[in-house]
Amino acid sequence: MARPTYDESAIIEVRGLTKSYGHVRAVRGVDLQVARGEVFAMLGPNGAGKTSTVEILEGYRHRDAGEVRVLGLDPGKQARLLKQQIGIVLQSTGVEQYLTVAETLVMYSGYYPHPRPVDEVIELVGLAAKRNVRVVKLSGGQQRRLDVAIALAGDPEVLFLDEPTTGFDPSARHEAWDVVKNLAALGKTVLLTTHYMDEAQNLADRVAVISEGLIVAEGTPATLAGRDSARATVTFTLPEGVMPPADLGARRSAGGVMEFAPEDLTVALHRLTGWALERSLSLDSLRVLRPSLEDVYLQLTSPTRPALQVDDPSDLSED
Amino acid sequence: MNAAALTFFQMRFVNKAFWRNPASAFFTFAFPLMFLVIFTALLGKGEVQLGGRLIHQSAYYVASMTAFAVMTACYNNIAIGLAFQRDAGVLKRTRGTPLPSAVFFGAKVVHALLVALLLVVITVTFGHVLYSAEVPTGISLLQFLVMLVVGAASFCALGFAITTVIPNSDAAAPIVNATILPLLFLSGVFIPIGDNAPAWITWVARIFPVKHFADGIQAGFLGTVFHWSDVLVVGLWGLGALLVTLRFFSWEPRH
Repeated sequence: MARPTYDESAIIEVRGLTKSYGHVRAVRGVDLQVARGEVFAMLGPNGAGKTSTVEILEGYRHRDAGEVRVLGLDPGKQARLLKQQIGIVLQSTGVEQYLTVAETLVMYSGYYPHPRPVDEVIELVGLAAKRNVRVVKLSGGQQRRLDVAIALAGDPEVLFLDEPTTGFDPSARHEAWDVVKNLAALGKTVLLTTHYMDEAQNLADRVAVISEGLIVAEGTPATLAGRDSARATVTFTLPEGVMPPADLGARRSAGGVMEFAPEDLTVALHRLTGWALERSLSLDSLRVLRPSLEDVYLQLTSPTRPALQVDDPSDLSED
Repeated sequence: MNAAALTFFQMRFVNKAFWRNPASAFFTFAFPLMFLVIFTALLGKGEVQLGGRLIHQSAYYVASMTAFAVMTACYNNIAIGLAFQRDAGVLKRTRGTPLPSAVFFGAKVVHALLVALLLVVITVTFGHVLYSAEVPTGISLLQFLVMLVVGAASFCALGFAITTVIPNSDAAAPIVNATILPLLFLSGVFIPIGDNAPAWITWVARIFPVKHFADGIQAGFLGTVFHWSDVLVVGLWGLGALLVTLRFFSWEPRH
């Protein structure tokens, strides 16, 4: 990967970041650059170094080596100044159980020089109906909204969301995603970590896959690790005893499904469907498959890292 | 906001949360009064020899339960509360905001001090009405207040410091009680030690801050001699606890 160069539009700049805990090298030379207004996802399995990296950016931990700038500040030396301008949603966080939503936000916004009005924040995360409810009475999804609201209290430029939906049920996850989309609409820069593929795909402008303390791929969710240009696989089924044209090179896979990976997809599909039309055959279950983000991710983060396989891709096209 | 205004601002929320937490409010206020009634009912008829004076035991208990109330409100409440806040991630979150650490701790100390003052007023009024206990006045009131403020702050600092050896919130109450209860007994807070106690008990009481604090608080009620050295010893414990806190305090759950 090319070394990022410093740039004024970059809100977060990281070069050669390393961090060890005893003999464990959690972060082994991470380079990152996040532009203003971008939603950037760090995708990786547990223990890959996501949280260590983010907590160094937030000023919670000291780095061993490397250069880090967040809003032009060094989190290791200018933490107080930095904390006035960032919002943090931690992985596991708590709030005083006996305060109401509004009281909690009044309290946190009092810590910042230029807070965003409390009612505006409550509205933004969709907790207006729970304004005067005590934290202890909120559901998991609502508590997460409150977490985000607290992170927004100081009207920060940058938001760090560390695994914002881990352990959530599907509806709570979608609630949380909506909140993140609102943040992006406000023009905030968001750096989130996740080990959910669909989360990165849904929320992020750019994704970096981190594995064993290193960034192994970076790009938009659609193009990550050459997903878009990887050769597609065509699969279909035929009636018993019927064989497709030999020049397509299709072979019957284990489940009786025919499949082939053509060099030119358009030409090959035309040839196949034309052939079927001539014979009045229906190509049941015709599908065109490309590697999903999950395939790319699993391949990039597996310990052995074999070459990208498209043998068993999941479906990209919705049936 | 300047630091003082921010401390007061923060304290308002500490206070709100305190009164809405039934456990903290109950243990802090009900325990000292309950103990006062029980101990006085059990042992309140006799007299105890203290520093050459014969003291009526009901008066003794008003004074020592006042000291007990202050120590509980500061040491127990702060240590257990902090351990819970640390496990729940409240501390880590606070650490991620620009709120200065000194303001966060300062608000807790000021709040504990105000709770302690309220407890003193309640315990003393209760004792005065029920057991006709004497109330400190004049110079002894002043001495009492100095001891109260120094003691409350020091026991708060000890509460901060003990969290550095509390592994998780489940262990908080046992560790806090294991450290304070023996000292309360060995310092004569529950059962008067008198002048003829075994030497080792006298030594334990002399080393740790509980007896010094209780003596300082009792002086105003019982007419015993007020020693500034008691204030000094308690203050030194507080200072030591503060240093331990600054060096070893953890904002994140310990694993």
